[in-house]
Amino acid sequence: MDNKRLLELTTIAKKIRSDIIEMNYYAGSGHPGGSLSCVEIITYLYWEVMNISPEIRTKADRDRFILSKGHSCLALYAALYQKGFFKRDEFKGLRKAGNMLQGHPDRLTTPGVEFNSGSLGQGISFAVGCALGARLCSLSFMTYALLGDGELNEGQVWEALMFAAHKGLDNLIAVIDYNKLQSDDFCENVTSLEPLLDKIKAFNWHVLEVDGHNFYALEHAFDRARKIKRRPTMIIAHTVKGKGVDFMENSPKWHGSIGLSKEEWNIAQKSLF
Amino acid sequence: MPTMRDAFGLALTGLAEERDDFIVLDPDVGGGTGINVFKERFPHRVIQCGIAEQNMMSMAAGIASTGLIPIVACYAVFASMRAVEQARNSIAYPNFNVKIAASHLGLDVGPDGATHQAIEDIAIMRAIPNMRVVSPADPVELRAALEVIIDHYGPVYLRTGRSPVSTIFKEGDVGFKFGRSLKLREGSDVTIAAAGVMVKRALMASDTLHKMGIQAAVLNISSIKPIDKTLIIECAKETKAFVTAEDHNIIGGMGSAVCEVLSQHCPAPVEMVGIKDKFGSSGDPEELITLYGIDDASIVEAVKRVIKRKR
Ligand SMILES: Cc1ncc(C[n+]2csc(CCOP(=O)(O)OP(=O)(O)O)c2C)c(N)n1
Ligand SMILES: [Mg+2]
Repeated sequence: MDNKRLLELTTIAKKIRSDIIEMNYYAGSGHPGGSLSCVEIITYLYWEVMNISPEIRTKADRDRFILSKGHSCLALYAALYQKGFFKRDEFKGLRKAGNMLQGHPDRLTTPGVEFNSGSLGQGISFAVGCALGARLCSLSFMTYALLGDGELNEGQVWEALMFAAHKGLDNLIAVIDYNKLQSDDFCENVTSLEPLLDKIKAFNWHVLEVDGHNFYALEHAFDRARKIKRRPTMIIAHTVKGKGVDFMENSPKWHGSIGLSKEEWNIAQKSLF
Repeated sequence: MPTMRDAFGLALTGLAEERDDFIVLDPDVGGGTGINVFKERFPHRVIQCGIAEQNMMSMAAGIASTGLIPIVACYAVFASMRAVEQARNSIAYPNFNVKIAASHLGLDVGPDGATHQAIEDIAIMRAIPNMRVVSPADPVELRAALEVIIDHYGPVYLRTGRSPVSTIFKEGDVGFKFGRSLKLREGSDVTIAAAGVMVKRALMASDTLHKMGIQAAVLNISSIKPIDKTLIIECAKETKAFVTAEDHNIIGGMGSAVCEVLSQHCPAPVEMVGIKDKFGSSGDPEELITLYGIDDASIVEAVKRVIKRKR
């Protein structure tokens, strides 16, 4: 990636962050913290990695992105809007009756959404199903899944990891948004995950560890991951919950379900630009 | 006598000879759900998922999203309870084309006892939007239903069964339609609405009642959701009394579904034959049904009670 592209991606990410807090302000609730921590990951996937656009959104061989941590859909919605899946007007209707954008992603109402995540743990299994289905149908698309670190508390995640490795699904790449926080508290205080890399390695995945806010690091990781054969790859992305909005960073308060006041919105916008 | 699970395995195999659009997902219970005959014939069309029902259920939705039709074959307790939230949020809410085929229903399970006897699955599954619920009465109907279920786009919960059952229908004699029930016996005094293994018992009860001079109509409620409102209302108008019969808790099951129709459209006295809100236990199914009061004699008694309540 050259400097120009890096700048472009950085600009896209900034817009996404700005849209996240705008949507959160309009909705009066939602999950800003975990949406802000995965912005670079989602940006990199949608603008550099995946073969996906509104025109091919129902094509069988499109790449799949599964937001397993469905509560972070503000980031997904902002990316889908910028990719042209729906109009910006929809932002104002988020979480409001009779509108398209649901509190958690709904594939039946929202173009570009692949799966109705929101119940933690299920998205990764769905992604494994996509990858297995691709193999069974001789389709060459890739499946990408994004998990929360707190989400790893769910037993179903480990069922999915075990199974994906058993099947050697190298068409599956998962990312953990390792922002060290979950709903009420730091992961460390809820159910500690460490040694996380060793755990996932022991489940027979190819594992990479990166700075999840650094586009060069993400480029390196996804390039590597796509070359790995006969094993799925897990990218452990170290991130900061609330990234970019200083009063939200590393604070359990801004997990959700919480909305910004007008004043907070203004301060947040300033801290972004 | 054949078992419903064996019939299921054979029906799958038969259909698979003709079409390649479905696969079977098995959480290490192929012997129990009857799919092993299918697995022998079509090993590449069975996904061994390991004992991980929650992952299997969500994964089925992912596979469906690529165009294949996954049929999850599982014990009813684990399909409808261990993995119910996955069935709801991964399959029913996004409306993926996944079929759930559940064996091990109610006291019909027998010796394995209460952990394996699903007496809540109809109540649970029929409360989920988009989910259809089907409980065929015998192997012939099961075969007919399976094809219709696979042809229908959307989630379906199909109940098979574990123990040997007598056949009711002659080969090629019965079709299956969602939302349609068949009246297997005419009768003007009372209507017995039955599902699954209880249909045969309802027919036996109807024979006994006939000898006593009571004419009992028998309905086979194999499409529990959607349910045949028209036929139920028609029978209620004609007989003015109902008995429901199911190998399931009397709370929330097929009987409740029938009562929902009756109370809203054509109120009539109802007696419910089913498991009276308690857990099952080990034993031979034939012994258990007497112990728990869901044999044909219990249906006869319920008919006598309901006739006394007729206005
Ligand atoms: C099965 C399930 N249990 C509980 C919740 C409620 N919940 C929503 S987000 C969340 C915390 C998730 O933490 P993490 O995965 O670390 O997400 P992030 O920090 O990226 O926001 C919880 C408990 C849920 N959505 N699903
Ligand atoms: Mg977290």
